[in-house]
Amino acid sequence: MRFFEYEAREIVKRAGIPVTDFGFTRDAAEAKEIAARIGGPTVIKSQVLSGGRMKAGGVQFADTPEEAQTHAENVLKLEINGQMPRGILVDPKADIDQEFYVGVVWDGTAKQPVIIFSPVGGIDIEQVAEEQPDKVGRRHFSNILPFSDYIAKEVIASTGVTGSDLNKLVPIVTKLAKLFVEKDMTLAEINPLGKLKDGSFVALDAHMDMENEARGRHKALLADLGVADEETREAREATPFEIAGEAVDAMDHRGVAGNVTEFDGNLGLVIGAGGGSLTLFDAVRAQGGDPANYCEIGGNPSVNKACGLAKLVLQKPGVDKIAVMMSIVSNTRVDIVARGVIKACLELNMDPAEKIAIFRIPGAWEDEGFLILDKYGVEYADRSVSLHEAARRAVEKIGAAA
Amino acid sequence: MSILVNENTTFIVQGITGREAVNLTRECLDYGKGAKVVGGVTPGRLGREVHGVPVFDTVAQAVAHHGSPIDGSVVTVPPAFTKDAVFEAIENGIKLIVIVTERIPRRDVAQMVELATLRGARIIGPNCLGIIVPDVVKMGGIGGPAKDAAKSYTPGSVGVISRSGGMTTEMSSTLTAAGLGQSTAVSIGGDAIIGSSYAELMPLFEADEQTEAIVIYTEPGGRMEAELAKWVTDNNSRLPIVAFMAGRFMDEMPGMSFGHAGTIVEGKEDTATEKIARLAEAGIVVAEEIAEIPELVKQAIAKRKG
Repeated sequence: MRFFEYEAREIVKRAGIPVTDFGFTRDAAEAKEIAARIGGPTVIKSQVLSGGRMKAGGVQFADTPEEAQTHAENVLKLEINGQMPRGILVDPKADIDQEFYVGVVWDGTAKQPVIIFSPVGGIDIEQVAEEQPDKVGRRHFSNILPFSDYIAKEVIASTGVTGSDLNKLVPIVTKLAKLFVEKDMTLAEINPLGKLKDGSFVALDAHMDMENEARGRHKALLADLGVADEETREAREATPFEIAGEAVDAMDHRGVAGNVTEFDGNLGLVIGAGGGSLTLFDAVRAQGGDPANYCEIGGNPSVNKACGLAKLVLQKPGVDKIAVMMSIVSNTRVDIVARGVIKACLELNMDPAEKIAIFRIPGAWEDEGFLILDKYGVEYADRSVSLHEAARRAVEKIGAAA
Repeated sequence: MSILVNENTTFIVQGITGREAVNLTRECLDYGKGAKVVGGVTPGRLGREVHGVPVFDTVAQAVAHHGSPIDGSVVTVPPAFTKDAVFEAIENGIKLIVIVTERIPRRDVAQMVELATLRGARIIGPNCLGIIVPDVVKMGGIGGPAKDAAKSYTPGSVGVISRSGGMTTEMSSTLTAAGLGQSTAVSIGGDAIIGSSYAELMPLFEADEQTEAIVIYTEPGGRMEAELAKWVTDNNSRLPIVAFMAGRFMDEMPGMSFGHAGTIVEGKEDTATEKIARLAEAGIVVAEEIAEIPELVKQAIAKRKG
């Protein structure tokens, strides 16, 4: 779950790391007031989750409060990579001596967090790592031992930073590392971390991603920041179709029938489980098919949930047929999914034999499932038909229909 | 032979009275030679039985009842309690822990894995279905009820490692249909941080005389495939590997997660395209479809022997 910059800065500030005297607003007139309060030149920054703001014109510099208001009006109207801004951040244009980088991420191979530090900040850290590898320090730290300042000191010192800079940076890096762990972040980054003319350090931008699975532990923080429960905060905002998919999955607590992602094709997919869905989506596209959606069934959902998901997909504009396919199931029952998808067709006054291009779910309770499918004349396949072959048959049918 | 478990492996089920755990226990008892499930743990349920398996409040009670160290545990408790359950297992001398639970925050997983490493224990999962040695034993829900598992898995020479539980069975079933049995199949879990990666299981398969080839299921996200490619090259592995990469469409959708928690593409190295290139550099064959895998395995084994 990604935070907007203004939220990420607030999180950094709460951790005791110095930040600039920024203000957030959704209103251009208020931007003028914030700029007047700050006094002096300001930066107006679009608050979108997407990257590439600078290039898109979402970052503007103002010398006066009036200019700040004009820029704010324009930036608030500017769509960036398909996203309208949540608001704007008004930031004092700081008097910077040097820009540093500090970030903390998980290393899935070492299975520990790793601090990345560089005295070359303000640009993409991967670029610095490529061009000046000796200027990038990395240091893993234990998941079990308490974090200790010397760890921060070592990573900073490894890049050649010494003197009072080193001593001032240690507490900032320590606080960021602790914040990363305590707040269940998957990324906690300050870039740039600015050194001002007076020798003090201040976070000039921050990027935070919190692990979705841990949101329940941080309800107070999320409520404080005004992050609503239904905000997925992925790379793009959820569509109404996707939100409807979440509602289907939330109907009861039995299994999964959701994780819906919208695409714009004509073949509706009712697929599962995790790995099976990934394989099947690829397979449909490899066969020249055009999926209307991605989704996942698993963990033995109820008939109602399977029905709800199938109905959602069947009713999606542009969907001609659905393909119901899973990798071999051991927990999810074939007959329950079969009943769910047939029920969906019948309730929508559709003929299951015509609307279900193929049903390929082998495994637990398959004989019972196949009996039901036989009764309604739905084409089905067992494990002798591969996932790719099932996808091919579905695509062939929908081709004939178009 | 097999890796990780055999017919003598003793294990407990933590969270044994939960609905899925009751089924899982039945399946393990029924499959192959019958798993030695020596106890179950659910706090407050001391004295009960699940399919004849005694239930205890603590792991220590289960170990005391058994009278000697217990080899393993299948952990099926809810995500908020998993870390505590795994710590309890490790501190009571259990050396092999299969974590079935999904949606455990990474911080907890990393803590469990670090403690396991300190104590010489091994974690499989989380978010996995466990381990199966065809016709001998299964530890976890892998393959489902005994009669279903028997349709998909047969004894043989192929080691299977998969980030997807369902695809472990799909691939094994495809191998079985083509006359290729499995030595051991391991569902390693779909999370970003897991107890045992491909590279960490390879030394076990390498030392297992029965195993002649490896089949892996992989996805975008993480650096696990690069780690495997490096291991294979560094150790001049005797085992040919055939890989299947799912989720290729995700390359067009950076920042989005599909299928499993671990799949999010966060950088160039995480993409399917990049991973396929890494695997290929290490001589690992990447199949385009599951159905191609058996033939590729046969060719690879013949080539090594030739």
